[in-house]
Amino acid sequence: MNASTLIKVNDLKKYYNGEKIKALDGVTAEILKGEVVVVIGPSGSGKSTFLRCLSLLEIPTDGHILFNGTDITDEKTDINLHRQKMGMVFQHFNLFPHMTVLKNMTAAPIKILKKSKAEAEAQAMALLKRVGLEDRANAYPSQLSGGQKQRIAIVRALCMNPDVMLFDEPTSALDPEMVGEVLDVMKQLAHEGMTMVVVTHEMGFAKEVGSRVIFMDEGKIVEENSPATIFENPQSDRLKSFLAKVL
Amino acid sequence: MGTQISPVMAQWLDTAPQWILDLPKGLSDFCYKIFKCFIFDDRYMMFVKGLGNTLILTFFALLIGIALGVIVSLVRVTWDKNGLEMKSGPRKFFLGLANLVCRIYLTVIRGTPVVVQILIYYFVIMTSSDKITTGIVAFGINSGAYVAEIMRSGIMSIDGGQNEAGRSLGFGYVSTMRYIILPQAFKNVLPALANEFIVLLKETAVAGYIGLPDLAYAGSIIGGNTYEYLIPLVFGVALVYLILVMFFTWLVGRLERRMRANER
Ligand SMILES: Nc1ncnc2c1ncn2[C@@H]1O[C@H](COP(=O)(O)OP(=O)(O)O)[C@@H](O)[C@H]1O
Ligand SMILES: [Mg+2]
Repeated sequence: MNASTLIKVNDLKKYYNGEKIKALDGVTAEILKGEVVVVIGPSGSGKSTFLRCLSLLEIPTDGHILFNGTDITDEKTDINLHRQKMGMVFQHFNLFPHMTVLKNMTAAPIKILKKSKAEAEAQAMALLKRVGLEDRANAYPSQLSGGQKQRIAIVRALCMNPDVMLFDEPTSALDPEMVGEVLDVMKQLAHEGMTMVVVTHEMGFAKEVGSRVIFMDEGKIVEENSPATIFENPQSDRLKSFLAKVL
Repeated sequence: MGTQISPVMAQWLDTAPQWILDLPKGLSDFCYKIFKCFIFDDRYMMFVKGLGNTLILTFFALLIGIALGVIVSLVRVTWDKNGLEMKSGPRKFFLGLANLVCRIYLTVIRGTPVVVQILIYYFVIMTSSDKITTGIVAFGINSGAYVAEIMRSGIMSIDGGQNEAGRSLGFGYVSTMRYIILPQAFKNVLPALANEFIVLLKETAVAGYIGLPDLAYAGSIIGGNTYEYLIPLVFGVALVYLILVMFFTWLVGRLERRMRANER
């Protein structure tokens, strides 16, 4: 295992309904520190399942995930400890509606990392400032636009100082005019060297900041290459037809 | 008037101001009945003490009911969501067992009248406890079953994404429930819980079956002593329950509006 490997996925499988639905059918992949890996593929190809297995929101049927050298699929490892180090951003934001923006961001650092309220709030305010939302600190999620919600969801995850950020179609539920502001935050993160795994249909994002693109279909990785190669010189027919549909 | 005049009448004629005695017959009779049912022999104290017992019974039964209800609903929800996927082992065994116990509890409590339950506690299970303790336990355990089903529907109504967001931040199952799911569930079911509280308040009126002197019991005792039923039951009991229910309904409405204002 390479010294700069952050996540190593070995023959990961996730079946539903016994073996009827093979959402993941043997995925092997490696994510290096500082990489931005973009995952693309048709709907139902297993992209979400892949991300959700990485953060163990789904328990894999088979296979192993090494995170920072620890096998997190081993029953004996503390799942909660590893989840803290993996930030997750969802399509539907999933902000906590009963908490203000600031509380959304400080709850986990205070309750889990045992940070002082002052320290957690200072960090949250600094992050809010970076995404231009410091004036919304005391707002409730219902008072925010979709783009604002997603930016808050991103900085909420950053408050736990994760080693990697996982994004599952972070812009798919947004009105078109709000996609840009979210992608900008993600690009900024990428430039700062954050390791990111991003499921998205924003091919422009993949080309611009992706270190690598993984194309999935039917629960398998069909093709994996630099963005330039994936988009300019696709090898498999399935990728070609997929790109023909989305580009 | 003849020579056979009752002590109540004697005291009434003695203490009532002359202008009341001079009122038209119907009105002065009404005043006499009020005197007889509430003032003579400090009979109003039975209603005051009865009201106190009703409130104590309702309050503590509610506390037990909510505590039981939350625990039972958590066991049920945890089993329904994770039970089948859990690997067999002691944890699955104990959760399954707890779930079974909870289901039996819900079925038995909701399938039998509360009057029968309180009689069983009084005559069979808690024979050496005082009546108020027996009442609190009986109504608390009864209410817990209804609160559990209310809480369960509240928890199920929270979007699964909330749980996932909590877990992905590093909260454990219990912390996610405590900080993220339950506060939202509570808020959603507050009207239903308030309704359960009001039902409970009224239902404690059957405590008289074990001779617990609650508000309704005071009404029937005074009625029996005075042979006046309308005044103690309507004005001493029904009206007081009605005022209490209206007051709590108003209070809950205010609370709800305040909580909603928080999210706007
Ligand atoms: N909880 C589930 N139960 C049954 N089937 C599921 C479940 N989650 C996902 N699947 C199936 O697994 C496959 C992959 O789903 P998903 O990972 O969501 O795909 P994608 O994110 O690429 O659209 C789909 O066929 C989907 O229907
Ligand atoms: Mg998906």
